[in-house]
Parts: sequence; C-alpha cells; structure tokens
Amino acid sequence: MSNTLDLLIMLPVLLPLLLGAVLVLLGGRPALKFALNLGGTLALLVLALTLYWLTDHEIWPGGVGVYLAGNWVAPFGITMVVDRLTALMLLLAALIATAALLYSLRRWSRAGVHFHSLFQFLLAGINGSFLTGDLFNLFVFFEIMLAASYGLLLLGLQPGRVRASMQYVVINLVASSFFLIGVALIYAACGTLNMADLAVRAAALDDSQRLLLETGTAVLAIAFLTKSAMWPLGFWLPTTYAAAAPPVAAMLVLMTKVGIYVIVRLWLLVFAEQQDSWLALSGNSLMIGGLLTLAFGTFGLLGSQEPGRMAGFCAIISSGTLLAVIGYGGTAVVGAALFYLLSSTLAVAAFMLLLDLIGRVRNPSVEMLAITMEAFDIDDAPDDSAGVAIPAATAFLGLSFMACVLIITGLPPLSGFVAKFGLFHALLNTDTVSALTLGLIALVVVSGLAAIISLMRFGVRVFWSNPDMQPPRLHPSEALPASGLLLACIALSIAAGPVSNYMGRTATALHEPQLYIERVLSTQPVTEENAP
Amino acid sequence: MEAVIALSIGVLFASGVWLILRPRTFQVIIGLLLISYAVNLFIFIMGRLSVNQPPLALLAGTDTNLFADPVTQALVLTAIVIGFATTALYLVLLLTSRGLSGTDHVDGKEPGT
Repeated sequence: MSNTLDLLIMLPVLLPLLLGAVLVLLGGRPALKFALNLGGTLALLVLALTLYWLTDHEIWPGGVGVYLAGNWVAPFGITMVVDRLTALMLLLAALIATAALLYSLRRWSRAGVHFHSLFQFLLAGINGSFLTGDLFNLFVFFEIMLAASYGLLLLGLQPGRVRASMQYVVINLVASSFFLIGVALIYAACGTLNMADLAVRAAALDDSQRLLLETGTAVLAIAFLTKSAMWPLGFWLPTTYAAAAPPVAAMLVLMTKVGIYVIVRLWLLVFAEQQDSWLALSGNSLMIGGLLTLAFGTFGLLGSQEPGRMAGFCAIISSGTLLAVIGYGGTAVVGAALFYLLSSTLAVAAFMLLLDLIGRVRNPSVEMLAITMEAFDIDDAPDDSAGVAIPAATAFLGLSFMACVLIITGLPPLSGFVAKFGLFHALLNTDTVSALTLGLIALVVVSGLAAIISLMRFGVRVFWSNPDMQPPRLHPSEALPASGLLLACIALSIAAGPVSNYMGRTATALHEPQLYIERVLSTQPVTEENAP
Repeated sequence: MEAVIALSIGVLFASGVWLILRPRTFQVIIGLLLISYAVNLFIFIMGRLSVNQPPLALLAGTDTNLFADPVTQALVLTAIVIGFATTALYLVLLLTSRGLSGTDHVDGKEPGT
C-alpha cells in the first residue's frame, strides 16, 4: 500500500520531464502542444493537492514521505522526500504555473519554438528542487530549472531581453560555481550529501571539520541568497524581471522563492542542532541581510517609474521580509513567514500579469505630460460634469490592480494584511522584545508605506489622469489567470484560520527535524517480500 | 602535490574572476570556463589526493584506505557536463547579442554611445 503511494513522490518530477521531452518531438502543432502542456500542468496541480492531503493527514508516519530512487537505502542512493513544506511549495508552484500558462495561450506560447518543452522542464526543475533530499541532486535540479529559465527569458527575442539574459546567465553560472564549492566543502567535512545524514553527522564533528562545514555552508548560502536576491546579491533581479515576458516573469517570481525554500529547509534541518554561537551568527547575518534587502527594495520601488522594475522591487521587498523574518527564527515566526510567502508570491505573480494588461492602457506621451504637470504644479483639471460609464475592461483592470496593491502593501482586508498582522503578532508575542525586533517591524511598515506611495502614484497616473484612455481589449484567457491568482489570495484571507493552522503545523514539523531524519534514514528499500 | 594543486586552482580561479569582470563577452566566457575548471578540480581533490589508487573495491573487507573516493569522481563528472552545457548556452547568447547589437560589449552597446 505505502509503496504504491511512494511513487506519487517521484511523479511531480517525472511527469513534466517526460512531457517536456514528448513536446520537443511534436513539431509545429501549437494547439495540441498547448493542450498537452495545460493537461500536464493541471495534473501537477492535482498531484500537489494529493500530496498536500497525504502529508497533512499523516498517511505517511509523521507526514514525511520518502521515495528511494533506484531502490538504494538513504545515505547511499538519491532520496526524494515530501513533507508539509514541500507539499505547500509544490502547490504554490502548480498554481502559478497554471496561471502563467493560461496567460500565454494567446500570444506568448507562440513566441518561441520550444516554449512548451521549456515550460515543462522548468517545472521539473522547480518541483525537483522542492522534493530532493540530497544536496548534489539539488544542484542538478537547480541547473535544470536555470537552464529552462535561460531559454524562457529569451522568449520573444529582443535586444533588451538578450542583454538582460546575458547578465542573468553569467550571474547564475558564477552562483552555481559557488554552489559546487560549497557542496564539495560540505562533502569533505561530513562525507555525505544526504541532508538527513548530514544533520546527524554535523552534530558529531570535531573542530577542524566543523570549520570546513561552516565555510562550506557559507559559500553554499551565497548561491541561494543570489537566487533569493539578498542585498547586495540581488541587483540582477529588477532588470531581469522587467525584461522578461509577463508569464515568464510570473514564473521567475516563483523561482526567487526556491532560494528561500532551500534556506528554510537546510537551515532548520541541518543546522538547528548546532552550537548556539554559530546558529545565532548565521541567524543574525540572515536577518541583517534581509533588513538591508528590505531597505534596498523600498528605495528602489520609490525610485522606479517603469512598471516592470516596480514589480521587481516588490519581489525584492517580499524576499527581504522573508529572509529577515526567517533569520529571526522561532516556530510561530516561521509559520507566519510561510503565510506571508504564499500570499506575497501569488500577489506579485498576479501583478506581473496585470502590468502587461495595464500596459495596453498606458499612453506614454500622456504620462510624460502628467510628470511635467506634477513637476510644475500645474492644475488644469477640466470640469467634466457629465458622468461617463466606465468600460468593463477598465473597471476589471482597475479593481484587480487595487486588489493587488492591497495585498502587496499589506492593507486590510485582503491576505497581505493577514500575513503582516500574523508576522507582527508572532514577532511581538515573545518574552523579550529587542530593539532589533522593533527595527524589523518598523522597516516592514515603512516598506509597505513606500509600496503604497509608489503603486498609487502609478495607478493614479494610469487610470485617473489619462484623459484619452481607450478601454483595452482583454481576452478571457488573459483576464482569468490574473484574477484567478488574486482570487486565491482572497480565498487565503477568508480561510486565514485553517491556513494559519496548517502553516503552524508545518513550522512545528520543521523545528522537529528528528522525525524527518529518522524517516529518511530508516526507509527500507523494496524487496520481493514487501513489494506491492 | 597539495601545494601544486592548490596553487593551480587558485590561479585558475583568480584569472577567471579577473576575466568575467572584463567588458567583452569573449573575455567573460573564457573567465567562466576557467572558473568551472577551477571548481571541477576543487571538487575532485575534496575526495583527498591519491595516486594510482582504483576508485572501487570489488571484494568485501578490503582496506578502504587503499582506494580513491569514487563519490567526488561521480560528482565532478556531473558538474563537468552541466557546466559545459550552460557555458555552451552562454556562447549562443553571446553570438545572438553580437548579431543583434553589432558589438561584443556585455551591455550590448559601446561605452559612450
């Protein structure tokens, strides 16, 4: 029984990998390819929901499912592990992928020959990074993900995209080198790359080996922090996001969170058992890095005019908040951070899609005029007394934009507010509230304020001070994904109680790594006797 | 032997870092190649340096100190393949950029224009 279920753990990687390979062979049949791709992505959504149900109902002991690839026992072979956090991330990935894919139906899926294959390979890489229980395997899935993203970033070849891609590729290749050096150092110190085994052995190292392990971890962290855009490693992000095609940008928002996921996973699994000084040092540096990232994102957002860059800085603010809060640590705080991760990722991805639709409304010459008028303080509001009906498309865009702003800035009543409220509650609900905590809260509030100022300025300019505005043409396949992601956020705010409880269970499980370690190391290979 | 290997990795890495900070795409790609050589060598020596030792023991109970670590050799093979593929991808991008912009500057335009 349980062996058949174990196969489900491998499917979120195998399915997109095989589908991507089939799609390469299918030549020029865009409708068929799109249907297959959509079918595969929906299947991933169902799979993620199944795994979510299986882990949360503890069908596997402790809610940790282990699949031994090639039937080798844990420290020797490659293991795939699913627990609550993994299931949550898989679900988030599948949701955003479905939205991005639907959005690309009309235009973007036809902009490149192998869009569909690359999209599936990207999903295989992302899902694999979430599922793997082995550091080197993580590197391989990271590279699959990155290689697919290099291709997708070039979708709809333009000089701007090529320039952004060149920087993106070089930065990621160098980050991959750091990843490898870190992995090699950790292997030299511990003699294993299996995360669960690593956690066991790291606790029993002597001083010289510990130094090697700590150096390796620090080098490894550079790779993940580059991916999750920590200051000063995140300069590539706004340029890249602004240059990417909208559905690809939505997927890039998700990829930033892969870095965050790995940090949460490794840090709480391997290093939770370490000496206090090392834990405090790494936590503090993570938190200070997060705070700097938050400040960088805030200033960047205030200073940017171009919508793509604004969305990029919104993603940086989200990353910075998460890093700072995760560095702060504690079960309740991590639970609240996971809620924030879910809400902010969905909102920023929806924002990426919406900005493209809003771009059809904007009229650059009018906008220049608006800036000039602001600069010279000209007030020439014509008094139109006759009311004009707002076209449905404009109303839809306006409302969606407003919902997006509410979530990103964290204003009530949507999920952004619930998330930030949860964070502050968890941060303040301790015995000692330090100055650093208050500083963190203040900075998160200020970044929200900056986001309100910046996004409202943009919204007013587009929707209100635009006299010649033509209602844009929206296709349902474009309006639906963006509003679907926002609806998911609204559902999050309505079901905030159960979702927070789930996050609480996830965070508790993350802080009790013994169960995870024991499950991974004790899983027996399939033999003829226990075969299904 | 340790000193020689360590020095050569250091020199390779330093040259690579210098080159990827240069403004021409060709210099950058050579820099990336040098860095990936350095990293591959680095992974390789993390299994301890040994001469003339086979990587696999076929008989149970053999003294493992007589054998080289096979894991780092497997890792380095994977790293070589992936590094090679991604560098090749960057080469394609480099040529695309050259074709689109007419310059081999990493920013797609000559400074001062």
